[in-house]
Amino acid sequence: MDAPKLSVTQLQAGYGDVQVLWDVTLDVKPGEMVCIVGSNGAGKTTLMRAISALVPVSAGRIAVDGADLTGATPARMVAAGVAHVPEGRRLFGAMSVRDNLLMGAYLRPDKAGIAEDLEKVYALFPRLAERQKQDAGTLSGGEQQMCAVGRGLMARPSLLMIDELSLGLAPRMVDLLADGLRRVNAEGVAVLLVEQDVMNALELADRAFVLDRGRVTLSGPAAALADDPAIREAYMGGLAG
Amino acid sequence: MRDWLLLLLLALACSLLPLAGDNYVLRLGTIVAMYAVLAQSWNFIGGLAGYPSFATAAFFGLGAYTSAVLLSYGAPTGLAWTAAGGMACLFAALIGGAILHLKGHYFAIASLAVGEVLREVVNTTPDLTGGGMGMNLPVPKLSVAAAAQTFYFSMLALAALTTAAAIIVQRSRLGFGLRCIQQNEDAANILGVNAYGYKTAAFCLSAVFAGMAGAIYASWVHYIEPPDVFDILLAVKPLVMVLLGGIGTVFGPIIGAFLLIAFEELVWRSFLTIHAAMLGGIIVVLVLFMPNGLLALVRSGLARLRPAGPKP
Repeated sequence: MDAPKLSVTQLQAGYGDVQVLWDVTLDVKPGEMVCIVGSNGAGKTTLMRAISALVPVSAGRIAVDGADLTGATPARMVAAGVAHVPEGRRLFGAMSVRDNLLMGAYLRPDKAGIAEDLEKVYALFPRLAERQKQDAGTLSGGEQQMCAVGRGLMARPSLLMIDELSLGLAPRMVDLLADGLRRVNAEGVAVLLVEQDVMNALELADRAFVLDRGRVTLSGPAAALADDPAIREAYMGGLAG
Repeated sequence: MRDWLLLLLLALACSLLPLAGDNYVLRLGTIVAMYAVLAQSWNFIGGLAGYPSFATAAFFGLGAYTSAVLLSYGAPTGLAWTAAGGMACLFAALIGGAILHLKGHYFAIASLAVGEVLREVVNTTPDLTGGGMGMNLPVPKLSVAAAAQTFYFSMLALAALTTAAAIIVQRSRLGFGLRCIQQNEDAANILGVNAYGYKTAAFCLSAVFAGMAGAIYASWVHYIEPPDVFDILLAVKPLVMVLLGGIGTVFGPIIGAFLLIAFEELVWRSFLTIHAAMLGGIIVVLVLFMPNGLLALVRSGLARLRPAGPKP
């Protein structure tokens, strides 16, 4: 069997004295789409930031393609093929859409490949091509999210981590983004998705992990979790049970 | 290419100054060149990386004292000036490790403290630096006119060197990365920019030329003392000049240095008792009416004059 794309084992992390993650174990197989669901403050964003080496890890192990990368630098994680689309998008507002996308390829030396990937991102989200010379700060929320996802893809990742794909966006934009994500995933890029819209997330993903107060409380195939009465009760208000 | 051409023309034009003016004009020219160096230096850390540093005075004073001490032990002038830059750079790398994790106002305050600490260090080491008594430097065996020209050209060459560094950095990977850090450091980190390394590099760049300017200044005035070379105005004025000319641009700091010194000479000297208030007034006007500086104002004016092109 292949080594998992990403494997996180008994991870503990937090900020100073405040521990947020307790023994979190999860994995993402090559080409798989996995989502993490959980309420506010469950540690979803911290988990992503720990994987990206933006938050120090106090115990546990993070491995990419079987290689131990615990305690690496953010640049090392990007080089290993893990791209992070952060919560709130974090674009460079005073830089053009095109420059924002090119910044995603900051660590790559292959100019031809970068130009090729830029065209791929424009093909994926034609809206970005139309607005490539505009400052990123002038885009709508949905377009900014497209730009952020596109910037992540410009690193040519084998695992794309997205923190809140749909938060605060118009339903039509969410559809466009979800569609784009499916296409990216179909090309073999593994996706780890944090999403507050649990229904949407479980519909998109192959597998899901439920994070509650810093611990993984449930995991399994997304379809099975979507039918789990406890999940429906907790995250979907028990509707249509 | 355009920037290099502009720099060359500017340097050539400035080197004609001794033909036109007397020693007073040369003295003024030396001061403008010195502040152009300091403003350009501040622009690396403050303009590109977005870290509001007040450590310029610290680097200037450190350079002045490093060079003065070396000269007092008989080192050749060129070596002493170069060593001053090296010392300031090294110091910035060390101190950067301690304060560059701070952001915004916290960084500003910490960087302000650096110069005050150095001033006290100098005050308490009279054996090496003369302490509060100050330090005399060897007077060059040159005529007054020749000395004035020598220091003018030295400072001018340093200003040109600093600007050349600015042009190179602005187009480099480092410059691109620094602009990203300025806009969103978190995102820069996520994309693999080594933010800490880049900020330290920018801080060192803001130190090395300022240190050399301090060294040349010390040789020029023959006598330095802590309140003079660690003067907080040496940190504030470059910042105002950059804001005046255009933050983050190559030529904004030079334009700002020229304008502020010209303003000082023409206006301030008539209002000696309230000159600090005048500086405060300039800062307020800058922040309120032209936060992006004169260059941006000129550019947007030019854009308005042009016939409207097709909408993008």
